[in-house]
Amino acid sequence: MPIHEKALIRPENLLTHDKLVVDGVDVSGHWSTFIAPRVVTDYNERLQDEIAALPGGEFVHRCWQCGSCTNVCTVNAVNPDFNPRFWIYLIRMGMESELLRDKDIIWQCVSCNKCTDACPRQVVPEGVMKATARWLELKGHTPKSSSTHFDEEFSEQVIATGKIEEGRIIRNFFARTGQPLRQEWLVEMAKRIARRLPVKLGMVMGFAALVRPRTRGWAKARRAIEGHVAREETRRRAALGLASAAAAAPPSNDSARTG
Amino acid sequence: MKRQAGDPGRRSGTDMTEGKTMTHSPPPDDKAKYQRVAYYPGCALEGTAHAYDASTRAVGKALGLELDEVPDWNCCGAMEVKNIDPKVQTYLSSRVLSIAANEMHAPVVMAPCNGCYHNLKKAEYDLGHDDASRETVGKISQQAGHAAYQAGQVETIHALDWLKHGVGEAELRTRVSKSLNGLKVANYYGCMYTRPRHIFPEKDCGPGSDSLYQPHFMDDLLAAAGAENVDFPLKTACCGGAHTLSDSDTSTKLVLNILRAAEAAGADVIATECPTCHAGLEMHQVRAEKVFGEKTTVKMLYFTQLLGVALGLSPRSVGVHENVSDGRAALAEKGIA
Ligand code: SF4
Ligand code: SF4
Ligand code: SF4
Repeated sequence: MPIHEKALIRPENLLTHDKLVVDGVDVSGHWSTFIAPRVVTDYNERLQDEIAALPGGEFVHRCWQCGSCTNVCTVNAVNPDFNPRFWIYLIRMGMESELLRDKDIIWQCVSCNKCTDACPRQVVPEGVMKATARWLELKGHTPKSSSTHFDEEFSEQVIATGKIEEGRIIRNFFARTGQPLRQEWLVEMAKRIARRLPVKLGMVMGFAALVRPRTRGWAKARRAIEGHVAREETRRRAALGLASAAAAAPPSNDSARTG
Repeated sequence: MKRQAGDPGRRSGTDMTEGKTMTHSPPPDDKAKYQRVAYYPGCALEGTAHAYDASTRAVGKALGLELDEVPDWNCCGAMEVKNIDPKVQTYLSSRVLSIAANEMHAPVVMAPCNGCYHNLKKAEYDLGHDDASRETVGKISQQAGHAAYQAGQVETIHALDWLKHGVGEAELRTRVSKSLNGLKVANYYGCMYTRPRHIFPEKDCGPGSDSLYQPHFMDDLLAAAGAENVDFPLKTACCGGAHTLSDSDTSTKLVLNILRAAEAAGADVIATECPTCHAGLEMHQVRAEKVFGEKTTVKMLYFTQLLGVALGLSPRSVGVHENVSDGRAALAEKGIA
């Protein structure tokens, strides 16, 4: 089994000298490479607790750093910088600034749960990845990832009607993330079906969705779920020391959405 | 032992004994139980995966099995709602299970979508192991005006279990009128059919159960229909379906691995058993060609489409023409359709 290690020595801190004199002694040729000293002072002592307060992060404290999660990780195989074991280490050590160096890729976990099965300590690293991505957004370290936009669009539809409509999700997701819907490959895909099935073109691209699917008798469930979500959101923000969503939220991006 | 929601407990590594002794009933041999089941199609099968729905119903009908659709079902939350709130996701599945149990009085509910199947299983596990999940689901159910689902009321199965336990290979073999003889198939199960393992206590329980690491139910059924299953190492690899649109490059790379491996194994088609996997493979096959300039030619077909054709149904009636990757020529070449 390969071991995927992550060095704590940063490449930019490796100092190489052609000519070096230390305390009057010329050590050129014997010693030429040094590691610039680095002292971490900005520990966030609460980091592990904050992650544990978010869904999925509950068991982060169990990790004993075996590295199995990174070893089996689907995303690590395509991007070696994606390293769940390392991030869990940083979270447990409270090394927030170190964690922030990878802030833009943590959301890329694809929830394949290979790590969940491989972990000998039932940490559920998949959940920790989700909790960490959420923590980064709640704390304002990253903007909402495209994945969060997708989750929100999807969840809003489910909560509103009990069902989703795929075309509508694709359409609104592209609008939320400011991407053109007419991506060359999407158009090509639609064309391939359209050759045999004209109706499906509209269905996939979501242009022909005249009837929005909904679950009969959903209204009460909707209210109950909305109440629960609002309470949980307030609880989570409090655990992170943030003001309640209503007070702190930036203007919603509703206007950017098509219906 | 009390556990928090999502805690896999101690069923870990190679030690499967706890799961076996505590939660498992032996593999089913009573076919009758699966002849008529509650059917939860889910959102994808009502939309882009219409062909999976049509072929599932058609195969069931041809084999004399009955499906009662769960009335007024809702979305299971797929892979998205849990990231907003995991207990809401548990509630969504529990509502479907509650209707099956308390309104339909069905002992078994069948879901052909890996996402739905996975979520119902996960809700079953969490409601059986975690007080906080029970409490939240109980509260929302009460406010929504229906009985809260209690763990153990219903058995959740996948379409693969339904055909494997309700019909079985021996009988299937006698019903095949157009053998898939000569068709080389790579069976792709995706991630949600087997992971995380703690929510599938009935898997890896000896003869008659499916395997967590080398699932074979789809292989078994298609072999009975005459297909030649190739040795495919990526059966449970992930296609990146959770980020199929939000991180397309990663998904395309993951899908390309799967397509290349299937072609290297000599497969003519990849058999799928999940609408998200199927759509992911189809979409990113096109995207790999358009964006990465890498063309692959293996075709994707739902396993129910392949079984339907083997049972003598027309390719059209099982929606083969609806697929993005056009499998008609692959079938015609082998004289199957
Ligand atoms: S769930 Fe996420 S972290 Fe775990 S193996 Fe899959 S991609 Fe990696
Ligand atoms: S597999 Fe589990 S215990 Fe091992 S490093 Fe990953 S989270 Fe920690
Ligand atoms: S393989 Fe892809 S689509 Fe299939 S279950 Fe996994 S993530 Fe979902």
